[in-house]
Amino acid sequence: MNRHLISAGDLSQDDAVLILDTADELDRIAERPVKKLPTLRGRTVVNLFYEDSTRTRISFEAAAKRLSADVINFSAKGSSVAKGESLKDTALTLEAMGADAVVIRHGASGAPHRLAGWVRGSVVNAGDGAHEHPTQALLDAFTMRRRLGRLDGLRVTIVGDVLHSRVARSNVLLLSTLGADVTLVAPPTLLPVAVGGWPCSVGYDLDAALPKADVVMMLRVQQERMNAAYFPTVREYSRRYGLDAARMALLPEHAIVMHPGPMNRGVEIAAEVADSVRSTIVEQVANGVSVRMAVLYLLLSGPGQGA
Amino acid sequence: MTGTWLITGARPLGGDPADVLVSGEAVAEIGPGLDAPGSQRLDADGLILLPGLVDLHTHLREPGREDAETVASGTAAAALGGYTTVHAMANTEPVADTAGVVEQVWRLGRQAGRCDVQPVGAVTAGLEGSRLAELGAMADSAARVRVFSDDGQCVHDAVLMRRALEYVRAFGGVIAQHAQEPRLTSGAQVNEGEISGRLGLAGWPAVAEEAIVARDCLLAAHVGSALHVCHVSTSGSVEIIRWAKAKGWQVTAEVTPHHLLLTEALAGGYDPVFKVNPPLRTAEDVQALRAGLADGTIDCVATDHAPHPLEDKETEWQAAAFGMTGLETALRVVHEALVQPGLLDWAGVADRMSARPAAIGRLSGHGRVAPGEPASLVLYDPSPREAVDPASHASKSRNTPFAGMVLPGRVVATFLRGRPTVLDGKLAW
Amino acid sequence: MTHAADQAGRDPRPGGSRARAVLEPAEIKRALTRIAHEILERTSGAGDVVLLGIPTRGVPLAHRLAERLEQVEGRPVPAGSLDITMYRDDLRLRPARALGHTEVPTEGIDDKVVVLVDDVLYSGRTVRAALDALGDIGRPRAVQLAVLVDRGHRELPIRPDYVGKNLPTSQREMVRVLLTEVDGQDAVLLEREGS
Repeated sequence: MNRHLISAGDLSQDDAVLILDTADELDRIAERPVKKLPTLRGRTVVNLFYEDSTRTRISFEAAAKRLSADVINFSAKGSSVAKGESLKDTALTLEAMGADAVVIRHGASGAPHRLAGWVRGSVVNAGDGAHEHPTQALLDAFTMRRRLGRLDGLRVTIVGDVLHSRVARSNVLLLSTLGADVTLVAPPTLLPVAVGGWPCSVGYDLDAALPKADVVMMLRVQQERMNAAYFPTVREYSRRYGLDAARMALLPEHAIVMHPGPMNRGVEIAAEVADSVRSTIVEQVANGVSVRMAVLYLLLSGPGQGA
Repeated sequence: MTGTWLITGARPLGGDPADVLVSGEAVAEIGPGLDAPGSQRLDADGLILLPGLVDLHTHLREPGREDAETVASGTAAAALGGYTTVHAMANTEPVADTAGVVEQVWRLGRQAGRCDVQPVGAVTAGLEGSRLAELGAMADSAARVRVFSDDGQCVHDAVLMRRALEYVRAFGGVIAQHAQEPRLTSGAQVNEGEISGRLGLAGWPAVAEEAIVARDCLLAAHVGSALHVCHVSTSGSVEIIRWAKAKGWQVTAEVTPHHLLLTEALAGGYDPVFKVNPPLRTAEDVQALRAGLADGTIDCVATDHAPHPLEDKETEWQAAAFGMTGLETALRVVHEALVQPGLLDWAGVADRMSARPAAIGRLSGHGRVAPGEPASLVLYDPSPREAVDPASHASKSRNTPFAGMVLPGRVVATFLRGRPTVLDGKLAW
Repeated sequence: MTHAADQAGRDPRPGGSRARAVLEPAEIKRALTRIAHEILERTSGAGDVVLLGIPTRGVPLAHRLAERLEQVEGRPVPAGSLDITMYRDDLRLRPARALGHTEVPTEGIDDKVVVLVDDVLYSGRTVRAALDALGDIGRPRAVQLAVLVDRGHRELPIRPDYVGKNLPTSQREMVRVLLTEVDGQDAVLLEREGS
């Protein structure tokens, strides 16, 4: 594997399967009395979060600590970052602190790429702007494989604001690498202009897509998009693209419902769907720790930077 | 250092070798085997002789952003690139929207003395796009402004653009439009297309340029005035301009060197040295722009030289400033993109990089190499092929997208009205 | 088992003319039967024994031992696997390895006699890692070690309780264990380095 994990597109099929298989084994640690492995003892993992995301940060923190790594949290609020320190200067500070890995979440697409040029450690992209969120895609694939037993040929439908979604982008790339069949469903305004070149199909009709889906992944839609005229009203969006109980009944019996969170209950997903037995939303969170443990283990084992 | 210069063995406009005698400020004679005892000699064997280049679009940053560039450093860079006139865009701080500021910039150029600086006046006060600036006062000032532009911003209000076009007819002015529909490009970072989708960056659609170009061509025709289109970047714009010219309308256009050579693929690594407005586009656009420049639909090359300090480019993409430097690499890029593939010969380069921009700028004394004309010349060696080294540039800024790229050619000497500003590839003083 | 794992990564075909068999299938069978009886003797009937094989080849060996114990005692003996990759002391020296499967039987290991099973005992570092891994899973009453081959050259104070064959080797030789469950045949081969 590469030194960094910045885009799901960087992972070959072998890389991706290795991560999932490793996560499978590491998952069992959660059942032990001592939920710790000595594997990354003496390594330092820095969480560099420019965007508020308690959930993702805690997930990475738990993953690193379960591998006995030291964790340092750098959040944007109330730090030198908030005072306008540039990304480059922050990177140089982290270098001086000897970070073996930097997990970065940033509002600007491409921030992890820039960071990778300034630090010697491994860079893990925890979400950059509208670009990618590779560990989310990995934990989504892990969840699908756990629940449905396979990924090859699996029919996955992703619904919602694809244009602004880093989760969608990473999922399309990773799932197609793993042999799944991906369909995007959204109003035309929320699909990128060149989506025709992506390794997936595209449709505007949710009801037509549901009977053929093994997995439905709902993306969060933001109210601000209405103000920029991406859709007329939240009600119309919900009527045409929301997953309610009636639509859930159109799904094949074995199909599962996923959501990267946080959810807008009642907008893109109805409460009863989110809480139904088909929903994997809660286990996605738990799977996130195992998957992130696998990523950290595979990136950081081996000769360190500067070794 | 005026006096007489005998330049021997040069190839005027790429033609057969000849000697050129420069006396005082003018070209005295051109012909084979000239003799001029007592004159300084410059052996130009094998060098191409062109009229001094004229840039219709440069950002000298002074007043206000002297950390990025000054009139002195920018004109030094220009001279090293073979330029003898640059048009300094108005988006300075304060904006060049009064006679006072344009005269200041003009005087700074004369003081530095390496290259004529022709200030461009803003179209609207403060570049705010709500009311016209004092175009007449700027035209009457010592700077004798004839080209007006809000470059950086688009004059998007149709009524204001119409009024501006009408108003400058009184003194033979031209409105140079930065064509960018603002609402269609809100927050835009890269060309809208494959790259914006893949990189997760807001896209800048071609239609946002083409819609304004089309509207302005129609407006210019309607009021019988002159429109110049800045930095054309799409194949659609080229087609619209071709159509407008076929109708006989007074439309001229420019293209930057980077849009003739580079595509959006370079943005793939998120390095903001490739971030520019309008953005780098597709290979098809590059081909259409080259063809447009070759057939004259696009009248000239203009650098849109946009210097930025390191801290404005060493950041994540969306926080970085838009723009690339260009004065010192322009001729080499045009050589690579048009002369090498046989699309344009040296006479064509002289036309597109000197004669036509001088005409559009309503300038006299630039654009021709002939006895009796002012001796503003550039001598260019077409043979070397070397990597571009930003550390050697005279510009204060290093944001060139050509860093490390192997390009042909080298400017050997530049003369401004008979006085050498560059000799042997270095500033003459 | 560090070195066997290296060997496992290579071409599974026996090393040609430079490899010689030091144990034939029948000898392997007898050795395992003897070890099973020794376990029964020393643990007074294997009443609270749990066998944990170290992947890869320790696992089928553990299951074979469990079978034999069950045959004699008439009741099943729990057997599983314990992957020690995450506890290795050489993680910083090589790129990350894929993990083997860990399956601890449902009865757990607390207060049990855990018998670790591996194919080859060499430096002892694998066993050291296994002891650390066991410590994070529970608290056995005792830990014992059964190996098919002890080839010497210990680097840590670790000794086996049950040995199939003592095989003195030089450090330039390689011991390859083949088992039907993994390799399609049973054999223990000794190869000179460079073959």
